[in-house]
Amino acid sequence: MQDTLAPPIQLEGLSYAVDGAVILDDVDLSVAPREIVGIMGRSGTGKTTILRLIMRLIKPTTGRIHINDEDITDLRERDLDRIRAGMGMIFQGAALFDSLTVAENVGFALVEHRLLPAHEIPDRVRDLLDMVDMAGTEHLLPAQLSGGMRKRVGIARALARRPAIVLYDEPTAGLDPISAAAIDGLVVRLRSQVDVTSVIVSHDVHSLRRVADRVAVLHQGRFLAVDAVERLEHSHDPAVRQFLSGSPEGPMTEEPQMLNGG
Amino acid sequence: MVRAVGHQVLAALHFVGDSVVLFLRALAYPLQGHIGFRRTMQQMAIAGADSLPIAAVTLFFVGLAWGWNTAGQMVRYGATSYYGGTTALAIARELAPALCGVVVAARVGSAFAAELGTMTVTEQVDALRALAVNPVYYLVVPRLTACVVMLPILTIVAIASGLLGAFIMALHFGVSAVEYMSSVQRLLGNDDLFGGIAKTLVFGLIIAIVGCRQGLRATGGAAGVGRATISAVVLSIVLIYVTNLFLTAAIFGK
Repeated sequence: MQDTLAPPIQLEGLSYAVDGAVILDDVDLSVAPREIVGIMGRSGTGKTTILRLIMRLIKPTTGRIHINDEDITDLRERDLDRIRAGMGMIFQGAALFDSLTVAENVGFALVEHRLLPAHEIPDRVRDLLDMVDMAGTEHLLPAQLSGGMRKRVGIARALARRPAIVLYDEPTAGLDPISAAAIDGLVVRLRSQVDVTSVIVSHDVHSLRRVADRVAVLHQGRFLAVDAVERLEHSHDPAVRQFLSGSPEGPMTEEPQMLNGG
Repeated sequence: MVRAVGHQVLAALHFVGDSVVLFLRALAYPLQGHIGFRRTMQQMAIAGADSLPIAAVTLFFVGLAWGWNTAGQMVRYGATSYYGGTTALAIARELAPALCGVVVAARVGSAFAAELGTMTVTEQVDALRALAVNPVYYLVVPRLTACVVMLPILTIVAIASGLLGAFIMALHFGVSAVEYMSSVQRLLGNDDLFGGIAKTLVFGLIIAIVGCRQGLRATGGAAGVGRATISAVVLSIVLIYVTNLFLTAAIFGK
C-alpha cells in the first residue's frame, strides 16, 4: 500500500535491551496511513516489546520512534499523553480494569478526559459494544466474561477515543475460529470506515493473511522480512518459510528469549 | 560479603530515591488542585472507616494491658494521682500513633501493594497509560490523600479507646474515676495530643507511598504480587518505627 502522506508509525534503528539481554536489535519499520501491518515471530522474540515501544510505554535503548512525523522517543510522560490520545492498544490479556464494569471500562477514557457530556456516554458505550458484538454486557464485571469477550471489550475500550492508530497484541489468541474471524473483520472494517492504521502482533498466519497488507517476521531481535504473506510464503529465507509453515525443522531451532511475553 | 552489602545499600538507596520521586510526583497533583474526589472518598472509606474497628479494638486492649501493668503498681506506691496522666501521655504521644500506623500498614498498605501489584502484572497500569491517564494521578494520589487524612482521625479515636481501656483497669484496681480524669487533665496537654496526631501525617504518607511504590514495581505474576505485599508491610512498619523515634525527638524534644 503506497501513500504520499507521512507514515503514522516509523521506527528507525530501534534497539531494546534489559539487563544486558538484547530483545530488539536495530529494527526499522514504516507503516503507511490506513495500512495494516502484522508482526510474527516465535514466543519471546520481542513482538509485544515493539508495540510497547510504539506506544512509548517503554523507552528504546537506541533508535527513534516517530508517530505522525513527530519524534516521541524522548518525550516526557505528560507530553506522551497527547500522542497516546490518538492511539489505542489492545493488550494480550485485555487488561480490563477489574473493579469496573464493562460499561465503565469502555467509557473510561471518555469519562476521565471528559470527551463527552455525561448523558451521552452510555449511548457511545452501547455503540462501541454493539460494534464488537457485546451488546447487553454493560453491567458485567470483567471476571464474569470469557477470554474472548474480555478481548472484545478491550477492543471497544481502545476504540472509544476514535484513535487513528490501533495496536493489537494477539487479538485472536485463544479464540474460537468464528470469534477470531469476527475480530479480523472488525480490524478491516475499522480501516475502511474510519481510516485506522493498525499494527497486529499475532501467531495466527490465517488471521494475518485475512487482514494484513504486510507482515514482518521477527527473529533474534531483527526483522527477517517485511512483505505480503503470499510473497513471504515464497521467500528465499528458509527461516521465514519455516515460521509460516510451522515446521519444527529449520533454522529457527534455538530457544527464544522469554521476555515480555512476546 | 562486601558485594552483598553493596547490593543491599544500592537497593536501599534505589528504594528511597524511587519513593521520594513517587511522593513528589503525587504531591504535584493536589498542589494543582487535582485530587480525584470520588476515588479519594472511596479510598478514605477503605483506609479510614473500614480500619476504625481494628484500630479502636487494638488500642482498647493496649489500654487494658497498660492499666493491668501500671495501675496496681501505682496503687501500691500511692501514686494513683499520676496513673491517668502518665497513661494518657503514653497513649497520646506514642502508643496510639505508632500502633495505628502499624495496623493501617498491615491492613491498608498491604491492600494497596496487592491491588496495584495485580494491576501492574496484568498490564492494567500500562492500559491506564495507553489511555493517556497517569497512574500516579489515578492510583497514587487518592490513596496518599486518604491515608494522610484518615490516619490522624483514626488515631484520635484510638486515643479515646486506649484511655477507655486504661480507665476500666483503673476502676478495677481502685483508682477513682475523678482521680483518673483529673490526672489526665493535669498532665496531658494540647501539645501532647497534637504532637502525637501530627506524627501520623508522616506515617500515613509512608504507608501510602511504600504500598503504592511496591505495587507499581511488582514483577513476576502472582508470586511477585505476594513479594510486593510482604515487602510493603515490612518496610512500612520498620519505617514507622524509625521515623517515630526521630519525630518524637523533634516534636517533644528532650
